Amino acid sequence: MPLVKGGKIADDTFVKVADDAALPASGDILVSADRLVKDRDALLARTGKLGVIWPNNRDMDELARHLAKLAAIALVFPSFRDGRAYSQARLLRERYAYRGELRASGQVLRDQFVFMLRAGFDSFEVKKQADAEAFAQTVKRYSVFYQPTGDGRITALHRRMQLRHSEGVGT
Amino acid sequence: MYAYDEIDRTLVNERVSEFRDQVKRRLSGELTEDEFKMLRLQNGVYLQLHAYMFRVAIPYGTLSSEQLRRFAHIARKYDRGYGHFTTRQNIQFNWIKLSDLPDALADLAEVGIHAMQTSGNNMRNVTSDQWAGVAPGEIEDPRIWSELIRQHTTLHPEFSFLPRKFKIAITASDHDRAAIKIHDIGLRLIKNEKGETGFEVLVGGGLGRTPFIGKTIKHFVHGRDILSYIEAILRVYNQYGRRDNIYKARIKILVHELGIEKFSREVEEEWQHIRNSSLQIDDEVIEDIRSRFTYPAYEKLPHMPDELRQAAADPAFEAWRKNSVAPHKVQGYSIVTISLKPVGGPPGDATAEQMDALADLAEKYSFGEIRVGHEQNLALPHVAKRDLPALWRALDKLGLATPNVNLITDIIACPGLDYCSLANARSIPIAQELTRRFANHELANLIGRLHINISGCINACGHHHVGHIGILGVEKNGEEVYQITIGGRADESAALGNLIGPGVKFEEVADVVEDVVEAYLALRERPEELFIDTVKRLGVEPFKERVYATR
Repeated sequence: MPLVKGGKIADDTFVKVADDAALPASGDILVSADRLVKDRDALLARTGKLGVIWPNNRDMDELARHLAKLAAIALVFPSFRDGRAYSQARLLRERYAYRGELRASGQVLRDQFVFMLRAGFDSFEVKKQADAEAFAQTVKRYSVFYQPTGDGRITALHRRMQLRHSEGVGT
Repeated sequence: MYAYDEIDRTLVNERVSEFRDQVKRRLSGELTEDEFKMLRLQNGVYLQLHAYMFRVAIPYGTLSSEQLRRFAHIARKYDRGYGHFTTRQNIQFNWIKLSDLPDALADLAEVGIHAMQTSGNNMRNVTSDQWAGVAPGEIEDPRIWSELIRQHTTLHPEFSFLPRKFKIAITASDHDRAAIKIHDIGLRLIKNEKGETGFEVLVGGGLGRTPFIGKTIKHFVHGRDILSYIEAILRVYNQYGRRDNIYKARIKILVHELGIEKFSREVEEEWQHIRNSSLQIDDEVIEDIRSRFTYPAYEKLPHMPDELRQAAADPAFEAWRKNSVAPHKVQGYSIVTISLKPVGGPPGDATAEQMDALADLAEKYSFGEIRVGHEQNLALPHVAKRDLPALWRALDKLGLATPNVNLITDIIACPGLDYCSLANARSIPIAQELTRRFANHELANLIGRLHINISGCINACGHHHVGHIGILGVEKNGEEVYQITIGGRADESAALGNLIGPGVKFEEVADVVEDVVEAYLALRERPEELFIDTVKRLGVEPFKERVYATR
């Protein structure tokens, strides 16, 4: 499954470690939410970056106290019909001011890229190679956005206001 | 009318090219049908019994002549020469080919029409009063706010994959023509003591398998906060709405399971985080949207022109005028409802020829504007009273002057088993039979206002729960069986109907309805007492006794 990061296909430096597997001595790892809660001290004692895979039905408030120690959070789309992780992503970025890597995992297709970017995701475990290759092109599909989100893109309403004011200056 | 600007047009065009790519990937096999399903649904494309069905949005029910003509074009070029207006201010085409869909969408985009928000588990087409902006006594035009919310809910990055579909309706009149109490969110536009615009917000209404009347979650949300308040409701729903069972996934179930108090506390807490954000709407933004709605330059006309006085001698004209013509806020003008319920016809259908002709008539008599209501009828919102006789003659020639608006043959029905893959029973043939039974205008008039709603399955697209008489078709041991309720209503006093007895067979439905009506005529206190009021006064029992006495 290709990883898209920084707008292009990239190597995944993170290794997913199963709950019953021993922790590797070094290197970047992704662990489950349960393991993060249980083995927090051991996980923080390691060298290498720490990330967590956070299920889409688990409260964000619970994740909040770990944020300062996390280099990556992978949110989950068990099916692309299940949109809970969009809300989780926005909360992480916009309420908890999380600035680390925010990864979309699970059923990720090109048709969700724009929504995901707008919600604050910046890396993507893409299901299909062709979709990963089409990333740069697909995210340019839309130039108009009606809603304000934490990604800072200007909304249609505000663009109209700017146009209005600039026209006002000219006359 | 709201005029799209370059920004709106760009988005619609970008959407069309995205869909073109999706269809291409489906046709090449790159997308599985399961993957494609959600994508096509988000563009209004359902797979029905015989073919793909294409549902197109008519936001808050406002159309221009040019747009209506384009529907005629779609019906002619890509379909079988007609379209079907739905209960949620949409139009459906039932026979379209998948490979034609991108072109059909592109043709619609040229006139600012699209199919976003017409299906899928997202925020659906915002609906409103079909008399918005012209109804006497209206607080203000609810379409300004409808448009604001339409924009905000279009391709929303957080709420396009909700547990289930989500519908919002807005009214600004005392008499609710938008059925806000049976919507996921209902907004009643009101003013506070300072004269500022805001909304009473209702939540958790809906029909289907488990019907609920919406409950007030907040008595007043200021207009500037309405987007953040809606966003807070949606965020709570997106996270906690059930996804394990499609029949329990609507917000009404979450509200019911948590209780309105707990649900509203959750929303309130979320809202406090986001209300002072960029979601706050300043007056300038509202004014900008308002400035892109144009209103006709009305003439100063007499209340009772000679043309109308003369036509009053014609009983056929008078019969039509009395139930199709409603008062307008401007003197000398009327709102004309166009019945799409001819005797023996499927409710809500219009042919390409009728749509073209109606577009011409709207240009001639209604400043080029047409409205679509949830009762599956159309309306011309600005007709000078002096033009009523000429308009009536023209409509009559087109088969569009059936004088039955709000009468017993003005039936709301879903497509039913004839088209729909979800249906268990036929709806349209029941409606057709009832229009024949009550074809006599004198009789229909004697009965007075009476709404019949028919659904061909428990999903309740025909809103049977809120029909004065509701008919629900189900399947029992391989046969169509119809359950009949009375006393429902969808307006400001919204209520769910009550069953009057055991289900009946297809062949018996029209007889039972006749018996119910006969019982009403015998039971009513005076001719002015409407069916719904008699049922309210007496309850179901006396009807049950009379209808089932001989069965």
